[in-house]
Parts: sequence; C-alpha cells; structure tokens
Amino acid sequence: MSILLQLAKELTLGKIKVVDLTQTLAPEFPSISLPPEMGQAWPFRIEEVSRYDERGPAWYWNNFSCGEHTGTHFDAPIHWISGKDLPGNAVDSIPPERFIGPACVIDCSKEAAKDADFLLTKEFITTWEKKYGRIPPRAWVLMRTDWSKKWDEVRDPVQYQNYDETGQHTPGPDVGAVRFLVEEREVLGFGTESIGTDAGQASHLRPPYPCHYYMHGAGRYGLQCLTNLDLLPPVGALVVAAPLKIRNGSGSPLRVIALVESQ
Amino acid sequence: MTEELTRPKKKNPILRTRLPTLPPGARSRVALGLTAAAAEGRFALQSCRDCGAIQYPPREACQECLSLRLSWKKQTTTGELLAQTVLHHSNDLFFRERLPWRLGLVKLDCGPTVVAHLHSGIADAPVRVHVSARLDRAGQAVIVATPDKESTMAEDRQMREFTCDPKFRKVLVTDGKSPLGQALINSLAKAGADLIWVGHSEPWKKFPGFDELKKIPQVTLIPLDVTDSKSVRELAAEIGGKVDILVNNAEFHRAFGIVNRAGVETARAEMDVNYFGLLRLAQEFGPAMRARGADGQAGAVAWVNLLSIYALANFPSHGTYSASKAAAHSLAQCLRAEMRPAGVRVVNLFPGPIDDEWNQLLEPPKLSPENLARAAVNALRDGIEDVYPGDVAQEWLERWRDNPKALEKELSS
Repeated sequence: MSILLQLAKELTLGKIKVVDLTQTLAPEFPSISLPPEMGQAWPFRIEEVSRYDERGPAWYWNNFSCGEHTGTHFDAPIHWISGKDLPGNAVDSIPPERFIGPACVIDCSKEAAKDADFLLTKEFITTWEKKYGRIPPRAWVLMRTDWSKKWDEVRDPVQYQNYDETGQHTPGPDVGAVRFLVEEREVLGFGTESIGTDAGQASHLRPPYPCHYYMHGAGRYGLQCLTNLDLLPPVGALVVAAPLKIRNGSGSPLRVIALVESQ
Repeated sequence: MTEELTRPKKKNPILRTRLPTLPPGARSRVALGLTAAAAEGRFALQSCRDCGAIQYPPREACQECLSLRLSWKKQTTTGELLAQTVLHHSNDLFFRERLPWRLGLVKLDCGPTVVAHLHSGIADAPVRVHVSARLDRAGQAVIVATPDKESTMAEDRQMREFTCDPKFRKVLVTDGKSPLGQALINSLAKAGADLIWVGHSEPWKKFPGFDELKKIPQVTLIPLDVTDSKSVRELAAEIGGKVDILVNNAEFHRAFGIVNRAGVETARAEMDVNYFGLLRLAQEFGPAMRARGADGQAGAVAWVNLLSIYALANFPSHGTYSASKAAAHSLAQCLRAEMRPAGVRVVNLFPGPIDDEWNQLLEPPKLSPENLARAAVNALRDGIEDVYPGDVAQEWLERWRDNPKALEKELSS
C-alpha cells in the first residue's frame, strides 16, 4: 500500500490523531498592540451579512476583517526587514512543500510558569537534544510554555498579554538559541504560544526581536498564538501549516494542525 | 412647593412599561427660531429691525409696523407673573398623564406677555419670575418660569420634564480610558448619578487613572470596544434596558490630513470609532432606550455625543479626524430624529481642541477635559441640545454662522 493510502487508512482508524493547534478567531482574542502613534494591525472583526432573514432568507454568512497577523498566524520572511529581498519570501511564493514539516516540541512550561520573561537558550536546546535526539533539518521547533492556557482555560486577556508599564512580559528565545536553530539546525521555523515568536521584552535584546531578525533573514518562518502544544510528543508529530495565498502577503491567520501517531 | 428629588423606587417588574408620549411638537418654520436658540441654552425673541418692537409668539411680520425685517435677538430673562392656572384636564396624551399642570401668564420686562410653564416654587401672582426657553420632550422650545435664575429644575416635578439631570440616573460612559472619560465620570458622580457603567477597550492595556476609577463607588468597569459589533451587542443585551443616559465619548484622533500621512488605515480607524462606533451603539442601545422614554421617574432621557467643532468645517491639519466627526455629526442628526418619538434627547458636544495628548502640539487655548465634562453635565441639567464649550468653539461657531465659505478659506491658509 502506498504511504499516502496507508496514512489515510490510519487516520480513519484513529491510529493517527489530528491535534488542532489553532486558537479560534474571535473579536475578543487579544491582538498585537504597538505604540499608538504607529500603524496598527486590525483585530479580528465580524459582521453578519444575513442569517435566514430579510437580508438573505435561506442563508447565513458573515464578512470578517483582520490583519495578516491576527490570531494563530504564520509569519513569512518578508514580514521583517532582514528578509525583505529573499526569493520566495511572501506567503504566495513560499514553495508549498514548506507547509508540512516535522515538529520538535521543547517543553519550557515549568520555566515559563516561574518566569514570564523566560528566555530559551542554546544550552536548554542542546540538553533537550540529549534526551530526544538532534533536531532534524526542515523541522518546526515549537516552544511549549502552556501560555495558551491563560486564554484557553481562564479567558483572561490581561494575563495572556501580560503588560505592565515596561511593556509585555511573555517568554521567547534568546539570540543564541535563534542563531543556533537557524545556522546549526536549519530549522523550518519557530513557533510559540504567545503573541509573537519573540519574547515580550525582545525589543531590548541585541538585535531587537532576534527571532524575527534571524529567522526571517534566513528565509525561515514563524508561527504564533499556537495552542495544544501539550498534546504533542517531543518528537514525531507532523505539522501542517499552510497560510492563505495573499499576493506578497507578509503572513496570514491559518489553521495549524498536527498529525500524531497513537502510542 | 418644591419637593426634594428622592431616589426613584425600584421598578415593579410585573407592570407594563408605559409608552412614551410627547407634548405637541408642531411648529411653524418661523417659530423654530425660539427652538434654535433654546437648543443652545439662549432665550431669544423676534425683534423688529425697523421699529424695534419685540414680539411673541413668533410671526412672519412685525405686529407693530408690519415690517418683514425681523431677527432673533437675545433678551433679558426677567418678568412678572400676572396670572396663573392649574390644568386639571387635558385631552393631550402627554399632559393627561402628568396632571395637574401649572401654567401662567408672564409679562416680560422686554415687552411681550407669554404663556409659561410654572415651577412649583413660584408664589402666587403677582410675583417676579425668571424666564427661559427650554426644550420639551418633543425637542421644541417652550417658555418656562422659575423663581430665580438658580432654581433647580430637577427638584420640581413639572420642570424635570425639561431636563435630563443625571441625579439618580444610570449612565453608560463608553470610554473610561481617556482623561475626558475620567473627567466625565467624576462630574457625573458628583452630579448624583446612581450608577455609572464605564467601558474600556483592550482590557490588557492598563490605563492611567484605572485605580482611581475603581474607587468611585458608582463605577462599574465593563469591557466595551465600539469597533466590535459583538461587544456592543452583548453589552446592550446585558444593560441596554437600564441605561438612562448614554455618553459616547469614545473617539480616535490622530493629526494630519491627506498628504502628510500615507495610506488610509488611520483614517479608517477614525471612521470606525467615531462614525461606525456611534452607529453600532445607536443600533444596539437605541431601541432599548426608545422603549424606556417614559419609564417612570428614571426613564431613558438622553444620549450625549462627543463631536468636535471641526465637524462644522474641516481643520486641514487634523483633516481626516474632522471628516470622521462631520460624518458622526450627520449620523447624530439621524439619531436625534429617531430618538425623538421617545422623548430621548440627543446632546451633541462640539468642543474645540481638548487639552490631551493628541493635541499636544496645538497652541493654547485648549479646553480642559474637566471643563468639557462640566459643560456636558450642565447641558444635561439645562436641557441643552447643542453645546459649543470654550472660547475656540464659540469663536469658530460665530465665524461659521457668519460665513461658512469665509471660514473655509481662513482655515485653508
């Protein structure tokens, strides 16, 4: 039997489970906030066109609006200045085979629970590799922090965004970790559960926003506002993350799913 | 005698809510001159430019010399009550529900004798009184007599029909994050509002003044984003049937006109908050408030909009903001027409530049949020419909009334 038919069969039998890594698009889902004098991404908004009523008797549908970087979303290299001139750097020109890749899930949930500003380091990753093996090329590295539970479980936008007068406090990778993943592990991209692949305080790192700077500068991708990373094994899951085909788009909201083999 | 206003009893939920009725609202075009002045809190009568006679009621020609050259002029507000009567029967639905009703004839010091609604504190005739033109529930001017200039309208059963005093009323302020929002909340609390719901968008952004707001006992903070239809709809479903006064002060303001800013995103955000925000609120809260226009002593009475003097004429250095306020002004006129059958007053505020972060680089004079808030509360108390608070707004208004084209040219240079 071919591999794909085998896969389809295993899916039917439930031997391969599909885990949804996506937050629901809703107006109340927290959005990226920039200083008020800068341009702002639209939050998700939805307006009813008709609902079996005088506006359309037999059908229900909505118009929605949002920025490219809303909800669970994909960052293309063109999003950042460092990736602006790369070939295939926008969501419409990325080769489609990049939309499927294995996932390495690094569990930082204990560390993030203790310190909202936790930074993932190269040492943390190499320690993880000793236990689960070397990160293969073209893999998604997903930073599990259980940060998504602040939304999934308690629906608290204040906790999820975690702002104080010095800005946002959410976990992310440090400069060394990003450079290691890009230069020595050739990852497909980096994914997080908070808003931003970079830490909340990453504007103070050198360079600012290292994950955006190095990942996109090297033509790699980002996934953010992921959820359910705690349902994935450290290795062995296959992630499907295909953004909308927006001409020259810098990213898009998308449905991210992971295929996981039952034990 | 004037009775002290007491907190209205809780509503009896098994009784039907009375439907709103209005006092007679038809006026000739010429009689609307009295209403136009009363809408801004002025008492003006027709004055003949040929013989100098002052007349009431308004007519097409001078009753002394038949001249057609009449103009509306501000008049003194004192007179003598000549005679009084108490109405015990009326076939008019509005007055029928409010009997007995005290009326009198007042000889104005400026000349004419007028029929006036009488404050209960006025002693029997003959006695000196203060007069003013007030908008009634139909939005039309009537003449009202009070014992003196300082008489409290809200403390009198009859006079209360002409005010929207916040005392003992439940108010929604749509944005508590801005300095103006906080000044409004403080003024409303001081004016005796029973309950103040305070909307705040993007709850993860803690704003200056947040902790102070929470300390005001009347205040309940609620998430509200006027750009999100779902948020507006759900809040209206929750509290729409309780809001007596809605103050929509949510606004989005950035500097610049067309050439100094690339793209349409900022202008769109201005329209989304300033225009569509009002539309969303009006669609969701309007029906509930219209249904409660006669809900006892504490029914729905007023809707306040934060517009701008730039709604009248575009201020090019804040050009797209001006355009959004002009759109909001137009929609507020539609809202006023639609709220009228319920007797719910739409109060529009037309301030000049407010002393806030988005007007940082404008030279004074700038209107302080506290003064604007005070003007808004005074307008509710006095039943004023159009408020042009502060020197800049007054000056612009005067220039605009005198010659809108000249103002446009002045602003473009």
